[in-house]
Amino acid sequence: MDWTNFVNTFGDNTRDGLALGSIYALIALGYTLVYGVLRLINFANSEVFMLGTFGSFVGLWVLDVPQIGQEKTGMALLLTLAFCILLSMAFSGGSAVVVELVAYRPLRRRNAPRLVFLISAIGASFALSEAVGAFGAKKRDTYALPEILNTNKRLFSIGGTNILLRHFVVVTAALILMVGLNTFVNRTRLGRGMRAVAQDAETARIMGVNVDQVISLTFLIGGLMAGGAAFLYILYLPTTRYNVGFLLGIKSFTAAVLGGIGNIRGALLGGLVLGLVEKYGAGLFGGKWLDVIAFIVLVAVLMFRPTGLLGESLGRTRV
Amino acid sequence: MRKMMRVGMAMLAVALAATACGSSKSTSASSTTAAGSAAAGTGVKCSGIKIGYLGALSGENGQLGQNMVDGANIAIDEWNAANKDCQITLVKSDSQGDPKQATPLADTIVQDKSIVALLGPGFSGETKATMPKFEEAGLPIISPSATNAQLQNNGWKSFHRILANDDKQAPAVSALIKSKGAKKVGVVDDASEYGKGLADGVRKDLGALKVADDQIDPKASDYSAAVNKMKAAGVDYVFYGGYYAEAAKLVKQLRGAGVTATFVSGDGALDQKFVDNAGKDGEGALLTATGAPPNVNPEFQKKFNDRYKKDPTLYAPESYDIVKIYSDALSAGKQDRKSILEFLGTYDKPGVTKQIKFDSKGEVAGDSVYSYVVQGGKIGGQGIIK
Repeated sequence: MDWTNFVNTFGDNTRDGLALGSIYALIALGYTLVYGVLRLINFANSEVFMLGTFGSFVGLWVLDVPQIGQEKTGMALLLTLAFCILLSMAFSGGSAVVVELVAYRPLRRRNAPRLVFLISAIGASFALSEAVGAFGAKKRDTYALPEILNTNKRLFSIGGTNILLRHFVVVTAALILMVGLNTFVNRTRLGRGMRAVAQDAETARIMGVNVDQVISLTFLIGGLMAGGAAFLYILYLPTTRYNVGFLLGIKSFTAAVLGGIGNIRGALLGGLVLGLVEKYGAGLFGGKWLDVIAFIVLVAVLMFRPTGLLGESLGRTRV
Repeated sequence: MRKMMRVGMAMLAVALAATACGSSKSTSASSTTAAGSAAAGTGVKCSGIKIGYLGALSGENGQLGQNMVDGANIAIDEWNAANKDCQITLVKSDSQGDPKQATPLADTIVQDKSIVALLGPGFSGETKATMPKFEEAGLPIISPSATNAQLQNNGWKSFHRILANDDKQAPAVSALIKSKGAKKVGVVDDASEYGKGLADGVRKDLGALKVADDQIDPKASDYSAAVNKMKAAGVDYVFYGGYYAEAAKLVKQLRGAGVTATFVSGDGALDQKFVDNAGKDGEGALLTATGAPPNVNPEFQKKFNDRYKKDPTLYAPESYDIVKIYSDALSAGKQDRKSILEFLGTYDKPGVTKQIKFDSKGEVAGDSVYSYVVQGGKIGGQGIIK
């Protein structure tokens, strides 16, 4: 154990853990929302995220972003960013809805057993990722993105730890999206519909809720959150590739379970805890132990709290 | 009459096979044009002989494999032009550099008896995974790029490689770093057969100069834990053992966190895509390779340039040499796996990269390691590391 390094890197690792954790949390929402409503693990969510990163990439390509060293500023920069986040969200949200229509709805109509949904989810995930790998412009290679803004600019410093623009943007934007979503689910009519379907789909249907519409909406919102995460990820680490979602997806799913699957606040907590544990673990034991530490913590938490840190509250709490 | 028909059918079949070969390799357009000029030559006679290629052609580090195929295709076409009655083809298998994907491909190669020799496997991990199958089949193997320093110690009779291994590269990396006057060095690897092997060698040779080390997961993209460790240790040089895709991400993240240490890496990162992906953060990076630089042989450089409109890429000269060795075997009348393998043991001829002679473990003689530097978005050769 390397305590010296743990102490020396504590500040930096906290900052990076929170930033990465915010991205985990946003992707985790896609898993948690769908689970809450359908009791289904939507494994294709990681590919929905991957398509979102390509959304930003396409946005930059369409706008013909200039070479490195001639970054845009002011209004032009804001418009570029807005265009990219919209495209990312459109790619992710759109693909999430399509996945639901193609891979899940026909099965639901036929009252297929749960296991079939799981296989369908895994199939959709592989199909999307391999399609991008096989037919993308650069095949399975890494797509490196031009830097649209200097995200390494130092904003301020807390106790010797420099907070750079990218850390600040990622954490703030993730928090705004999460708070927005929480409000939407708890305060609006559509959110009430989602919670109703989560509690009891049959009764909700009798009470006049359009269940199919609510399910589509759930996938759409999960996809939009993944799209937001994808855009932030591109700002944070400006590269992507066909399988970028695989490991991130597994980690985010872990974060969702850690916080309590089906629980929106749990996804946030789970994401942040997982991000921090990974970075601290790597700092203390070395990078090769990163995943080992993270999953030991997961198992330990589930042993004492089988429903996750905040419990499997689903959509049914806080009505 | 019936006998004549049978002969006619056989000839027709050969002709069909020949056209099939020609059309399946649309990239080698020169083979058809050059074939006519050599018609009068004293060609070797054979039929249906193939040379296999196993390595990455797509995927994260696919460019390295493409370089090998580019180099090999020149030698294949030269042979086909000079030997009209013995047309050979290169059968490419794309492993994506992944040992798991390489293993079933190795089965296919072994079962195709018309494949008499192999160019590859490309990377060390897939070499380790597939060699037992090739060894069992007695298929002659010459790798243009697998440099892990343990591969030769498995007692494989069919294994050869045409460049010095990482045991030679690691001391050269340390010598290079020391010669630049480094005070504190950080070492990071990607846990791969190649990356960890090379980095461990460097760790050993650096001794007390190494003040920090860490490992990253190449499947992940965020390496901030390793970056923070380097930053906290205040290193002035960082050595990374791994391939170019991750090397580019790592150097970007190091610079992003304000670490200005000189970035050093081995032949796995020696690719233009490292420079392209790393952008301005890659400037000044030092790279090493046991593979020869583009200008190692002016004649080959010209051939490569004429055909691909660029300078020879990493491992292209080595791959050219390998196909030349197999060509020499065919010329000597060795046309099956067993006799080609025996032929390799006695081989001693100059290639474009070096004098080629294999020892009993399949290692090539000599131990030249070259250094390179990234400048102005290009990789420039700096000669042999002393």
